[in-house]
Formats: sequence, structure tokens, C-alpha cells
Amino acid sequence: MNNELAFYVHIPYCARRCGYCDFNTYTPSELSISSDLSGVSRNYIDLVIAEISSARKVSKADVVPTIFFGGGTPTLMEPKDLGRVIAAIKNNFDLAPNAEITTEANPDTVNKSKLAELREVGINRISFGMQSAVPHVLASLDRTHNPANVAQSVKDARAAGFDEVSVDLIYGTPGESMSDWQESIDTALSLPISHISAYALIVEQGTKLGAQVKRGEVVMPDDDETADKYLLADEKFKAAGLDWYELSNWSKPGSESKHNLAYWNGANWWGAGPGAHSHIDGKRWWNVKHPTAYKEKISSGQSPMHDQEELTLEEKSSERIMLEIRLARGIDSKTLTAEQISTLEGFKNQGHLLEDSWSSGRIVLSTSGRLIADRIVREILS
Amino acid sequence: MPAIPLAQAPQPSKTKQEQIRNFCIIAHIDHGKSTLADRMLGITEVVEQRNMRAQYLDRMDIERERGITIKSQAVRLPWRSGLDNQEYILNMIDTPGHVDFTYEVSRSLAACEGAVLLVDCAQGIEAQTLANLYLAMENNLTIIPVLNKIDLPAAQPEKFAEELAKLIGCQPEDCLRVSGKTGEGVKELLDQIVAQIPAPSGDANAPTRALIFDSVYDSYRGVVTYVRVKDGHLTARDQIQMFSTGVRHEMLEVGVISPEPVASKGLGVGEVGYVITGVKDVRQSRVGDTITTYNNPTKTALAGYKDPRPMVFSGLFPLDGADFPLLREALDKLQLNDAALVYEPESSAALGFGFRCGFLGLLHMEIVRERLERESNLSLISTAPNVVYTVTDGSGKEIIVTNPSEYPDGKIEKVEEPIVRATVLAPAEFIGTIMELCQERRGVLLGMDYLSEDRVEIRYTLPLAEIVFDFFDQLKSRTKGYASLDYEPVGESEADLVKVDILLQGEKVDAFSAIVHKDKAYAYGTMMTGKLRELIPRQQFEIPIQAAIGGRIIARESIRAIRKDVLAKCYGGDISRKRKLLEKQKEGKKRMKMVGRVEVPQEAFVAALATDADIDKAKAKAKEQG
Repeated sequence: MNNELAFYVHIPYCARRCGYCDFNTYTPSELSISSDLSGVSRNYIDLVIAEISSARKVSKADVVPTIFFGGGTPTLMEPKDLGRVIAAIKNNFDLAPNAEITTEANPDTVNKSKLAELREVGINRISFGMQSAVPHVLASLDRTHNPANVAQSVKDARAAGFDEVSVDLIYGTPGESMSDWQESIDTALSLPISHISAYALIVEQGTKLGAQVKRGEVVMPDDDETADKYLLADEKFKAAGLDWYELSNWSKPGSESKHNLAYWNGANWWGAGPGAHSHIDGKRWWNVKHPTAYKEKISSGQSPMHDQEELTLEEKSSERIMLEIRLARGIDSKTLTAEQISTLEGFKNQGHLLEDSWSSGRIVLSTSGRLIADRIVREILS
Repeated sequence: MPAIPLAQAPQPSKTKQEQIRNFCIIAHIDHGKSTLADRMLGITEVVEQRNMRAQYLDRMDIERERGITIKSQAVRLPWRSGLDNQEYILNMIDTPGHVDFTYEVSRSLAACEGAVLLVDCAQGIEAQTLANLYLAMENNLTIIPVLNKIDLPAAQPEKFAEELAKLIGCQPEDCLRVSGKTGEGVKELLDQIVAQIPAPSGDANAPTRALIFDSVYDSYRGVVTYVRVKDGHLTARDQIQMFSTGVRHEMLEVGVISPEPVASKGLGVGEVGYVITGVKDVRQSRVGDTITTYNNPTKTALAGYKDPRPMVFSGLFPLDGADFPLLREALDKLQLNDAALVYEPESSAALGFGFRCGFLGLLHMEIVRERLERESNLSLISTAPNVVYTVTDGSGKEIIVTNPSEYPDGKIEKVEEPIVRATVLAPAEFIGTIMELCQERRGVLLGMDYLSEDRVEIRYTLPLAEIVFDFFDQLKSRTKGYASLDYEPVGESEADLVKVDILLQGEKVDAFSAIVHKDKAYAYGTMMTGKLRELIPRQQFEIPIQAAIGGRIIARESIRAIRKDVLAKCYGGDISRKRKLLEKQKEGKKRMKMVGRVEVPQEAFVAALATDADIDKAKAKAKEQG
């Protein structure tokens, strides 16, 4: 496995910022540039390519199994520029023949021809930010797309040759009823997709939504209701042939995101772009956050790294438990201490772990257990 | 020039009785006593201009910050009267201004022949001032009524002159008008002190009797004891004896405060000053006791000595259990300077090791806590304050209960609680509001008088427990801050009291037990269970919270089991952040107190025990700090 290196490529641009989002992304107005990002696309991708060349010098890996364009809004870039990134990776490493190459996409920023171009440059998996099918929920989330665009984009993507199409959903938005959520689930499942990610909305400090909640203008839904929404989603997705493989991810068999599994399995990956994190053999580092700072570092031939950490054995073990417990594969109980097992037994007896897996030596969360995964991790680590 | 250079003024031990005037200033907090005292120090030139600082006599930071005097002081001021051009020595004895320290006030008054009644003429007299005025009149002190702050635009000297005249039985025009701030009228006041207040009487040749009216611990010099020589004299070579204990001490130093300590050859009859004997603990030199000489002791003590008796008890626990020894050290140190503070170790299942502390009253409690936190850098949890109950159990045995945990189980014959006589002064428009509040707090109306057209004095008997709870805060908020309160203990009375326990998952939480009136048990139970439901985070199992009297449940809440405790997203960049959060949460878990299987955050205890007023105070503090 250590021969492999996954690539994450961060595109830190969005046409506008959504109210709940705290990602490292910038709008043209925040950067005081013209709203036409085509010039930015070429220049920015040049920087990313420079970072990838430097990765070659640091990493001993040969094979790149997956590439993931995330953001931000990667589809704001010119497809040919994304193609240049793929080419640069090919130049420096061996791109696996069956490599999974994903891009995130905003339904508003793609059309048939753009989708065809994306497919053409080698991208073979696309993940649409759908969030909800209900207009008032999208409005609460401060999203601008027309829900009908999602269905069209998914169909166009399939027509353009994307076999692997995923949608992202968000539940637990203020004002979202159970039937709103059901409508979003049903709409998503009516689309020709092979993968769904569904996330409970997290209120982050420093976002517009965070401020609204703090001021009391917006009331977040009760945790119990959000838990019920998770259960509903899990049940519906399963019935439609999408099984959970990670806490917030469901797929048809074989359509799991290989790139994201690399994170949870503790594999090595390189994150290129401002603010991107990397992990190689227990060492983590992250780049300077602002695109301008990133540009200055790369242009002057310096590493864009902002800071780093070398994990201790204990930290490595904590991370492994924290990540593996999120997976349907679970944790091999042989890797846990007797004390940890005895703590887990209490959770098993309360129905939070699957009995069958327990007997066969694996720690796998039940649906109720998935909802309290962080608590379980805290208990076994303390 | 009426001021006399210090070196040429009459010297201690050589001052004739007829040259001495001993007086105090009776005033409410904020009415400008310290400013007036500063002005007197300036005018008599005992403090040079360049050394002057605001509130010169208030020594402790807390005193200066809160604008109140906790400990009294005595300052010797030489003065040449503008009326007869003779030299005099004025001893100004500063008195504590709060109800908790009534006993100390009464001893300060006993050291004087006269009192300046100082009233802010924008506010009028307040209940505590009135109480101290009555105390001064009982001690046959000559009262000089003075209206302060006449420079204020809102001053109403005519109105309050009438009020004062009515209270002390003089003419409104007898009230002096001064401004401590500008100095206007202060010289005239000094002259009137000489003219109106009698010189001390006392027999210079009788066996020595000196009244201790204050006793202060100084870390360099040991206990400094402030005395008024009533008969005979003290000289630097004397061996002295405490009348109450018979213990003999060497006199290391005797002197006067002017306003820094100046050693002298002695103190003559009628004089005021300090003695230092090398004792290390103020309890060996108690306020109210009589000092006499070993060689020629008096046979009769001065009247009025009392042991201070704590009225209010509360548990003090360090937030961090490891600080327990530090808390003990801090209390030991504080007790050197506070004879009224009592404490003994206490252990609470919920809060760990701490001390049960007895205080003179709520302000005393607050000051002690603040000093412990500030001077020893401790973070403390205090349990809800309670009074002392006398409980008679089924067998007729009397049990003194200073802590709800001492309340006997089983059959109770009767419970007696301390009762106070409370005086409230307020604008007449609040009569209804005040009566309603007193009624709610089991008060019995004793009477009501109009002090002036629009100000009343309302008298009630009230259980002390009700006042200790949040009476004063309620009174202030319901009267927009206009009412003032004073109270004095008047004994005990039987009442229908019960102990309410709070149970978490069936486990009693001792820190939350309270002794309350039967009619209020339900309200206490619902309030506490409701508060805890909000404060205790949800856990993996349901947690019943109950309030119970003995075995009978009177209120019930429950915290539902948690169903969601997971962050939905965990991708590349989230991993470090999430691991660090987990590590932080692990640390947080260590600070949880376990009640049975239930994890209770420390903050939940603090918040559950806090009164609304505490919360307001904390908010105000947070606001101040931005």
C-alpha cells in the first residue's frame, strides 16, 4: 500500500459563498478579481502542477490509485486545466489503469458540453452538490441552484459517459420537516446514481448560519429529530440497493468512493492547493491557507507547507480507531486492548454494535451506534 | 491657620482630657464618608498633599473597589478650633458600614462620645444608617447631622434636613452642609465637632481599662489592636492582660495613627491608639474585650463584650480537588484577621473535600469568598447558604443543624429557625411591592412610619433563612434599587420546615439538599430538578432527576438518553482537527464529577447553586471584561 499515493486537488474558488460553508474557498469579490475565473483557472492550475512536481521529490510512491478534485467549486475551472493536472500526475507517477478520478460539481456550473469535456480529460466519477430537493430548504442553506437542474445534470453526466455519479445531501437544516427530507431522499433515489453522501448540517463558527444561530434568528432542529432523519435515510437507501459503507456514505456494491476510503483506511495521500492536508506514513502537514500566500510560496520555489505534525504511536492508534469505526467493515477486535473490548461490550449489550460481527471478531456499529460513534470512540480512548 | 504642625501638637500620653474629642462617622455606602475623611486628613494637614490618595484609610483592595469599609481605623487629627483658637486632638474612628458588622460598629461607637451622621443629600438616609444612628443614640452619643454632597445638582438639602431633624429631634437648620469633594463646610464641621461633642470622661488614676474596638492582623507586625483608653493609661513598658481570657502579654509597641502608625510613650485617659503585643491571631485580641494592666488590673470589665456568632453557613469547595490544602492554608491565614470566621472540614460526595464555613451574614460571606479567591488564587464552589436550625427529633434530643446533611432522618418533633427584625426604608410608592415581598417570605408586619411625605420605614419580622436566600436582591430589583434594608436577630421561632433532597438516578446529591419551608418545598424541588435537566448533558441512558422529602418524591424530571453524538463529516483535512477535539474532550471528561453512573460537569454544580443575582453579577463582570 505504501507504494500508492492518492491525490486531492483543492480548487479554492466559488462563484459565491453559501451561508453554512466554512471551507477554504474564496469568491471573486473576496479576492478582488473579475468574476470571470478563466484567467485564474490557467494560472492557478500552473501552481498546482508545480506542487505536484515537488511531490515527486518527497514521496517514494509510484502508483496513484485515485485523484479527487474538491473545493470550492472545481467545475469553475476549465476542464482542460483539470486535464493538465491529471497529465502532470501521469508525468510524475504511474496513474493506475483503473484509477478513480472524481470531481465535485455544482449543478449550476455544468452543461452537456462541459460534462463531455470533463469526461474527455479523464475524469470518470462526478459528485453533485444536490443538498436538498426542496426549494425552501435550499433557500435556508443559501444555495442558489434550481432543484430541477440536479436531475438534468445527473442525466447529462450519464449521457456524457460518467458511470459513477454521486449526489451529496444535507439534512437537519433549520425549517426542514421530516417530509421535506423524505422528498429529498426520494428525489435522489429516482436519479440514475450509484452513490449518495448524506450529512447532518453542522453549524460552523464564523459562517453566516453560525451568526444567525448565535443571534437566535435561526433555531437548529432538535438532535433527536436529526437522528430520526438519519434512520429514515439509512432505511430508504438500503431499500434502493445502496448500502452504507461509511457513516455518511452509501453506495451500490463496488461503487464506494475509493478515494475517500483511502482517508478512512489511513492510506497515504497528497493534498495539493491552499489549505490542503496531506498524510504520508504517520506524518501530516497542511498548506498555507490563502491562495495569494500559496501563490507566493510556489512562485518563489518554496514549499507551501504551513505546519506539520508527526503522529505518536498513541495518536496513530487513536486515529485508526476513530476512522475505522466509521466504516461498515469496522475494526478488527484483535487490534484492541482487553479494556477497550470490555468497554465496547457495554455498547454491544445496549444494541449499538452488531452482534454477528462481534462474534466473528469485528467491531461494527449498528444504526443506533453510528449515531453515537463519537461518544463510543471517546469512551474507548479514555 | 487652624491646622497645627504635628510636632507642635499635643503629644500622645500628654494630651489633657478636655483637649480630646473622639468621634465617628455614620454613613451609608456611597454617601461619601471616605471622601470626607480624605478631606479632613488634608485640611488638618496630617497627610501632605503629595502623599494623598483617594480613600486613604481604606486599606484592602476590596474595600477601595467596593467603596465600603470592612475594618475600622482610628486617626489622630490635631486641630486648632476656629471658634476659641484652642488646640485640640480629634480622634476619628472609622466604622464599618454594613449590617453584617453591627457588633463591630457598636464597639466603635462605644469608643466615641459623638457621631457625625453623614447623609448624601441627593439620596436621603438609608436603613443601615438609621440602624447605626439608633445604635449611636442608645450609646448616648452626641449626634451632629451633616448633609454631604451639596455640590451635586440633584442635591435636596432642605428636604433631607427635615428628615434628619425629625429623626434626631433637632431643627432642620442645625444640619451642617458640606461637600467632601470640594471641601466646602469641612472646617466648620471640625469646629462643631470640638464645640458640640463632649470631651471624654474617665478616671486617669483608676486601674487601666482600654476597650478593643478593632483588631487587625499585619503580616510583618502580628496583630495590631486598636484601643480607646477609658480609665488609667497604657505605657510602652506595661505588661497587659486581656480581661476575658486573663492571658498576659508583653507590650511591644504603643502608638497612634496619624494616619500612619507612630509609636508613642503611651496613651492617656480618653485617648485612642494602637498596641502591638506580638500575638499572631486576632482571636487572642478580640473586639469588645477590655485590656488592663497586669500589675494593677481592673476588677470590672467594660460592658458589651460578645463572642461573634456566625449566622449564615455555606460549604466552600475548591473547583480543583487538588487545591484543598491551599484552601485550608488560605482560611487559616484569613482567620488571623477575622475573628468571626469559623470553619471545619466537610466532605461532599459530589464536591469532594472542602470546608463548612460560618459567617456573620451574606456580605461577610461574599467578602471572605472573594478574598480567598483573590489572595490565594483559588477557584471555589460555594453551596447555597443556610442558617442554623435547632431540630428536636422524636426522642426529644436537640440537634444543631448548620448543614442540611446534619438534618436527622426519621421523626422530627419540631424545627426552630432564627428570626430577624427587618427594617426597610423606601419611597412610599413601593409600600405595596415591599409588603408583597415580605409576605411571600413569611414576614409578619410590625409597623410602618412615614419619615417624610414620600419616604417610609417598614418593619417586619422575617425568618433569617428567607433573607439569606435572595431577599435583598429581590428587594433591590423590585424597588428599582431605592429600598434599603437592615436587620437584627431577635431569636428563634418554630416553623414548618422540611429537608428536600435531590436525587440523580436514585443517588442523593448532598450539595443540592436544602432545608425549606413546607410550602416552598415543591417550588424548590421543581426549580432544582428543572435547572439540572438543563445543565446536565444527555448521556447514554435516561437519567431520572427527583426531588424528595424523606421517601416521598415531590418533583420529577428526566434527561432523555442521547441519540446523536457524531460529526457527519470526516475527510482528509478533518482528521487532525477531530483527533485534537477528541483529546480535548477526554481531558474534559476527567473534570466531570461522577454521581453514581452519571457524569455531572463541574459547571453544572456551579450554575445549579448560583442564584439569579449571581448570574447577573457574572454577566455584568463578563460584560465589563468585554
